Order: sequence, then C-alpha cells, then structure tokens
Amino acid sequence: MFRRLDVAARAVVDAPVRITVEGRSVTCRAGDSVAAALFAAGVIACRDTAVSGVPRGPYCMMGVCYDCLVNIDGMANQQACMTPVRVGMAVRRQIGAREVKL
Amino acid sequence: MTSPHSQMTAADPTRQVFDVAVVGGGLVGSAIAYGLRGSADRIAVLDEGDVAFRASRGNFGLIWVQSKGMGMAAYACWTLASSRLWPQFASMLLEESGVDVCLEQNGGLFPLLGDAETEARVDFMTRMHAQPGMARYPWKLLDRHQTADLVPGLGPEVTGAIWTPVDGVANPLKLLRALHTVFSKSGVRYLSGHGVHDIQREHGVFCLQTAKGPIRARKIVLASGLGNQVLGAKVGLTLPMGPQRGQILVLERTRKMLPVPFVTMRQTDEGTWLLGDSQEDAGYEDGVVTLPVLATLADRAVRTLPALKEVRVVRSWSALRIKAQDGFPVYEESSTHPGAFIATCHSGVTLAAAHALTLAPMIAHGSLQAEVAPFSTRRFHVQKT
Amino acid sequence: MSNVAHCDLLVIGAGPAGLAAATQAANLGVDTVLLDEQPAPGGQIYRAVTSTPVQDRSILGPDYWHGHGLLKPFEQSGARYLPRSTVWALNRTEPDRFEVAFSIDGQAQLIQPRHVLLATGAQERPFPIPGWTLPGVITAGAAQILLKASGVVPTGRTVLAGSGPLLYLIAWQYLNAGVPIEAILETTPRGRWRKALPHVWGFLRSPYLAKGMKLLRAVQAGVPIIRGVSELEALGARQVEQVRFTAAGKEQVLPVDQLLLHQGVVPNVNLARALGVEHLWRDRQACWEPRVDAWGATSIAHVGIAGDGAGIAGAMAAEHRGRLAALHAAWALGKIDQARRDREAGSPRTALARAVRGREFFETLYRPPVQISRPVGATIVCRCEEVTAAQVRETARMGCPGPNQMKAFLRCGMGPCQGRLCGLTVAELIAEEAGRPPQDVGYYRLRFPTKPLPLGELATLPQTQDSMDAVVRFKKS
Repeated sequence: MFRRLDVAARAVVDAPVRITVEGRSVTCRAGDSVAAALFAAGVIACRDTAVSGVPRGPYCMMGVCYDCLVNIDGMANQQACMTPVRVGMAVRRQIGAREVKL
Repeated sequence: MTSPHSQMTAADPTRQVFDVAVVGGGLVGSAIAYGLRGSADRIAVLDEGDVAFRASRGNFGLIWVQSKGMGMAAYACWTLASSRLWPQFASMLLEESGVDVCLEQNGGLFPLLGDAETEARVDFMTRMHAQPGMARYPWKLLDRHQTADLVPGLGPEVTGAIWTPVDGVANPLKLLRALHTVFSKSGVRYLSGHGVHDIQREHGVFCLQTAKGPIRARKIVLASGLGNQVLGAKVGLTLPMGPQRGQILVLERTRKMLPVPFVTMRQTDEGTWLLGDSQEDAGYEDGVVTLPVLATLADRAVRTLPALKEVRVVRSWSALRIKAQDGFPVYEESSTHPGAFIATCHSGVTLAAAHALTLAPMIAHGSLQAEVAPFSTRRFHVQKT
Repeated sequence: MSNVAHCDLLVIGAGPAGLAAATQAANLGVDTVLLDEQPAPGGQIYRAVTSTPVQDRSILGPDYWHGHGLLKPFEQSGARYLPRSTVWALNRTEPDRFEVAFSIDGQAQLIQPRHVLLATGAQERPFPIPGWTLPGVITAGAAQILLKASGVVPTGRTVLAGSGPLLYLIAWQYLNAGVPIEAILETTPRGRWRKALPHVWGFLRSPYLAKGMKLLRAVQAGVPIIRGVSELEALGARQVEQVRFTAAGKEQVLPVDQLLLHQGVVPNVNLARALGVEHLWRDRQACWEPRVDAWGATSIAHVGIAGDGAGIAGAMAAEHRGRLAALHAAWALGKIDQARRDREAGSPRTALARAVRGREFFETLYRPPVQISRPVGATIVCRCEEVTAAQVRETARMGCPGPNQMKAFLRCGMGPCQGRLCGLTVAELIAEEAGRPPQDVGYYRLRFPTKPLPLGELATLPQTQDSMDAVVRFKKS
C-alpha cells in the first residue's frame, strides 16, 4: 500500500488532475507519472503478462523493466512510469498481448 | 541437480575417430546430422562460439516454394519435395525432442502493391513455370478482394497477391533447439567453440584442426555457411560464395491475427511479428542495422497491414545469407577427397526436411544421387567454358 | 517530420554527468544539445529536483539537493535541451558525422552530431529471487523515485532487502519522512567484511565516510536490521504477501505489503553495446563496463561515455567525468587546443580522484552473493519472457555456448527490456554451468532500436533509393 506525503496530498487538492482507472475516477497530482498515480490510488498491479497471464506491476520506475505496461486512452502497452497523467486520461489494465485494431 | 561441467565429463572428442563430423551446427549442419543418426554411430557436430555469423539465428522461418527456381527448375523440385517431407519431419522432431516446431502449411502470399509490381511478378511466375522440368504446383494471382478475404485489415495499397497452397512456415529457433535437444538425447556430440581452421587427411581419416584440438572422422560434411568457401578449398572443392545481408524487424506480441503468411510479413506462434526483408551487398557487416532500410521495411509493412502502425518494434536483426554465386544450393562430394561432402544453401528452414530425410541418407550411403546432381559445383565450371 | 537538426556535441542523459558535460562544453563554445527521456533534468539520482513536492530539504538530504546546483549553470550555458526524448539509434553516416534517431511525443526525429557523449547512467542490478516478479515487489530505486518525483511513500508493512549504500539512503529518507520500516534484510554474506578489509584505507579517506557513518547510525537506531540473510523469497498469490528468509541458521517469515529490493547498480550498457563499444567484464563489480580512457573516450572515434554508464562511481564522480569528457570533446572538435584541455582538466581530475576513494571497499563488500547472481530452480531470470533459472541452466548444460544461442533457444532477452534485466544473470548462469568466466561467456548482441518504438513511427524516417532497392525487389528473383 502506498500513500502521498501530506505536502503531495495538498497539491492534489490544490490542483487536481482527474483521470479514470478501469472506469473509476482517480484524482492525481499534476506532474505525477501514471505509475505513481496508480500506486497512490492503491493499485500495485497493472497488467497480466502476454506469456502466461500472471499479474505484474511497476518494478523499476525508470523505464527499463517494461513491467508497468497499461492501456492509456485505447493505446496498448504504454509504460505507466514514463507517461505523465493528463486530464481525462483513461487508464486500463493491459490484459495479455495487445489487440491489433483493424 | 545435475553436476556442472557435464559436457566435459563425456569422453574427450580428440581421442576418438567419429564416423561423421559435420562442420557447422546451424540449420543445415544440424538437419544433416539429425538425418545421419541410424546410419552412423559416432557423429560430431562442430560449431563455433556464441558470436559467429550464425545465419540460422537471423531466420524468418519460411518454408517457401513460390519464389524458388528461376534459372534452375531442379531447385524448385528439390524445394517442393522438401516442403512435402516437412510434416513427417516435424512430427519426428516432436516425438524425439518434445519440441513442437509449430509447422503451418496453409499456403502463402506474395503481396503486390500496384500494377507495376503485379505485372512484374506475374511475368516472373509465368516464365518460371514455363521452364522445362519445373516443379508443378498451383499458383494464382488474387485480386484485392480475394486477398482481403484471407488477410483482414489488408492495406488499401495492396492490389493483390500471388497465392500458392504449398507455402508455409515453422519456428526456426524452435527447429534449431529441437535438433540440438535430439543431439543431447541421442549421443550426437555437439562441440561448440570448435571452429575448424584446417583440414588434413591421414590414412583415410579426415583430421579437422580446431582451437580445441583435432577432431578425426571417416567422413566429413562441410555445412559451415560462409566458411564453406575456405574449407571447401581444403578438400578440393571450389565454391565461390558471397555474403548477402538481410535486415529484419521484430514486433512485440499481439493477439493472433494473421492467418496466412506473406513472404515479407508473418506472425509467429508466440504472437510476435517478423517483417522483412532486405537484400544488400554489405560485406560481412552483420552487426549493423541501417536506418533507411529499417524505415523502408517499416513503411512497406505499414502499407501491407496498416493496423500494425501502433505495434512496437522491439528489435531488429541483421544477418548474412549464405549464397553461392548463383544463389542456388551446392551439394557435392569431393572427387579429390572422397568422403568429404559439402552442403550450402540459404533456405535452411525450407530445405531442413530434405536435408534430414533425403540428403543425409545419401551421405550415409556414401554417394549423392541424381536428384541432387544439378547442385554440384560442376555447374560453375560448365558456365565458364 | 521536421528538418534534421545538426550540432557539434550531442549529450545523451541529463543526470549529473550529462548536465555537467553539456554545461562545460557549451561554455567552451561547442554547439551542444542535451537529450533526455525524462520530462525534467536530473537523471535518476537527482530525479525531479526541479519539481519534487518534497521541498523540506531535510527529508531527501543534502546530497540530493546538491543536484539543484547544476541547473542554473546549465541553463546559462546556452546548450539546447530536449526533454521527453528517447534515443534509440545511433549510426555513423559519414566519417565526421553521426545520425541519431530519437522519439519525442510519439514522433521520430533525427539529429546529426559530430561528437556524441553517452551519459545514460546506471540501472538497478537485477535481483532474481523467487517471487521477485510479484506486484508489490519493487526496487529501492523505484521507491526512491516515487518519493522524489511524487511524494508517494509506502504504508503498512514495508521490508527492504539486499545490500549497498542506496538501501540505507532510502531507509534514512523514509525515517526523515516518518515512514515506518519493518526491517532491513541485509544479504551481505558473513565474512565479506574481512574480504573488504584490505581496501579499508581507501574507504577511510573517502569524502563519504563521515556522512555515511552518520546515516548508517541513524538507520540502525530506527530500523531493525537482520544480517547475513540468505534464501530470500517473496511469497504471495497475486501480489507479495510475505517475505521468507534464513538468518543465523533459522528460517523466518515476515508478512509484508511491499518488498523493496536493492543489490547495487550497474552501468546501462545497451546503447553503447549496440554502437559496438568494446566492453570489459569487471569481476570485483560483477558487471560489464565500457572500455574508456581517462577522458571517457571509447574504442569508437568521437564517442565518449561519462558518469555511472562508464563504471559505477557515484554522482560526484559523474559530474567530474562529465567535465573531463566535455573538455576532451571540445578539443576533438577543434574548439580548444590540447594545452588548454589538459590545463582545465587538472581540477576535475583532482576532484574525481577524491570522489572515487573507497570504491574498492564498497565493491568488495557489496558484490552480490552467488545465491542471488546465480539463481536456481523456478526463479524467473528473464522477466519479459518468463524464462526460469532451471531452464537456462539446463540449456547451458546441453552445450549452449553463450547468451545469444541461449536467447535463440529460450527467448530470454527477446522481450521489450532487451536484456536489461536478464543479461547479467544469463551470463553468470552460463559461466557457472560451463565453468568459464563471464568475460568469456559474453553478452547479448544488441542492435538498434535500443528502446521499442511504434512501427508507424519508424516508417516516417527517410528512405533512400538504395534502401528501397534492397527491400522492394522486382528485378531479381
């Protein structure tokens, strides 16, 4: 479980960025990565692997492990730790291999 | 847990005489070694180290018939025969190694983007099939509509494709792994780090000089890809060869969606995509990929299947094809050094079945048969005079 | 796609080495561009130093805030700065020019520098234990990034495990922020202190000694530390629930909500390797380093490496090496003469020598235990392709000569991380099974792109008549 330090929590109140995670509304701090926002919202697993379907979550937070993949606004396999939150962003769990939309 | 160094506790390979030593542990050498079992007791496969030219690792995995044989009808026949042996080969490998090489022979497509390409390719196929002695298999020009029926999401610039039912694919890496697994289960000695730099003959036994000592064998098969030119010369075989570089893009896994392979695009059993390919004269620079070629490969792929635009390129490959000067295989037994055979080709996957089930028995028997006579180096000498 | 940009010097990475180098070079009149994949400068060690919500400086500590001091000189130097830019290809196109491809905001761009300085830093050493892929198991570095960049901290039961100074740094920062830690599980094997002792003189003269001891004492006072930990495992069904380990001959199980792992850092080698820079295996550090000279120059002309990417030596050493590499670049580009280069190098050289004092001691002390660098059984080695230690070992025993053949057989190294989290482990396992040193075993052969990018983006880059002839062939068979 993760939480924001008071100073960061205040920033969320002062200048909230609202996104949705699996359809549920989550309020974030401007400048946070999607991965940080997920941790702060109590979400530590963000995908099921393409190889065996086991759950994974962010591991390195610096863009090298590729375990933090999520679907953002319909785009599959986006690195949550390398993507800053944006107003209205829709984040969904990356379930297995990506679909190819014809 | 098995003890470490188990390979080393086996008998010292420099202290015995093998029945056959195959130089080269890639797809050609390994398929031949596989097929030699049963007719030979002591077989060794000599391979170089981990970083070598290794064409077998840069392989697309096509078991392809429709592009083969212009200028040599016998090559088309040999290719078609191999593709027909593949189902038997695949099930033998599965049974013996437990590895499924994921053979699919549901046909294949050659994509055509525009009238000029269509005209050129139809002309090519027509002329090729008009050659005397050409292999007989059905081929068809599909229009855009028919192609789109086979490939959902086909790009608007694809005006059609050449289709044949005899083309197919397998997983080339699993094929190599299956073969090597069979070696370790059946006592074929796979010796890595044993690059051969010289060959001598003493008292009817070949002596292959390697960095780790001499390997002796009554028969040898040179299947060392680009190394065959130098080694062939040591046993009286003149084989001018040249490397031809090919670059390939690999895309991440997606849900399965390409039911029929293109010659330039296929989706593997794991869900990854292979996009190819280039043919370049670039010497031996196989460690390099070049941006313009990658861009052209990507552009072509996106035109063929636009939905791939958002799928990520996870790596690229650059490998050297093994090409004799006319591009066709070479199989020959040396006349000056009987018992020394050479096998060279650039379609290691397509021909793996023929190598294992047709060529290897010929080698074991002691002489190559008429079916592979067109592939001897004598054809180069005829052209010269 | 916009016109291709040019510059004299391209610096890749905006950590201490990159910032210091770009500043120095631009001040010497070199037309310099600094590219970095993060949205703000600082690299990882000074991550979010311009935007962190943790403004109370006593929490993150003075070493972190030192990084802030690098920014104004950089801004004033005149170097151009491109954030959110991920470099993925680098080729020499002419004798005196490179072509570098990068992605910014989903668009592929090209830039053509005459000289390149890689300052891409370090990454956490892979720490393969059973269960390390469970959600809730993250690196100590990841935890530190959450703290620095977002002010996000763990609650509930938090356990840190591993070894190395960074483990204690994050523990100290958490204590400062009022974050409780259940325990630190120290995996440094008993007896390592004795082994490191011959190097203790260097450590005693190190500028970090006083600071380090103070930090260590504070952590020891505030967190239970269990030493000599082995058989470390993360347990849980769909996320980590417990950590199991052995210490002092007894097995223990602790319930946890998150497990923070750290086993030191290693150089980020992918870009350098794809370029063909020669690398050497460093046995004391148990990792590969690029071969560089005293100026950071590599085996490839006009390519230099500075900072932790050239060998782990810490943030201060990275700054000094960055300045030395910039001086060398300025000379190589003809902006300053050799006499000036050598003269101005005096001060950073002295500072560098001081900054690296004590490294051998730490390297020996904190070299990963064999149980962790050479895992067994069902422990995942390649996270992307889910290949286990047992599979790698079995394939090695079959005679597989190296990581590239291993990759072909098992797919390890074929995932999007391109071997960053498995390459070291695979080499160590082959080394053990084959009885050969890692130097002999080698590493994956890497090519561009060094970071994945969408196919459509690649398709927008320029093609040539040659490339089209090579690919679209209707003249040959």
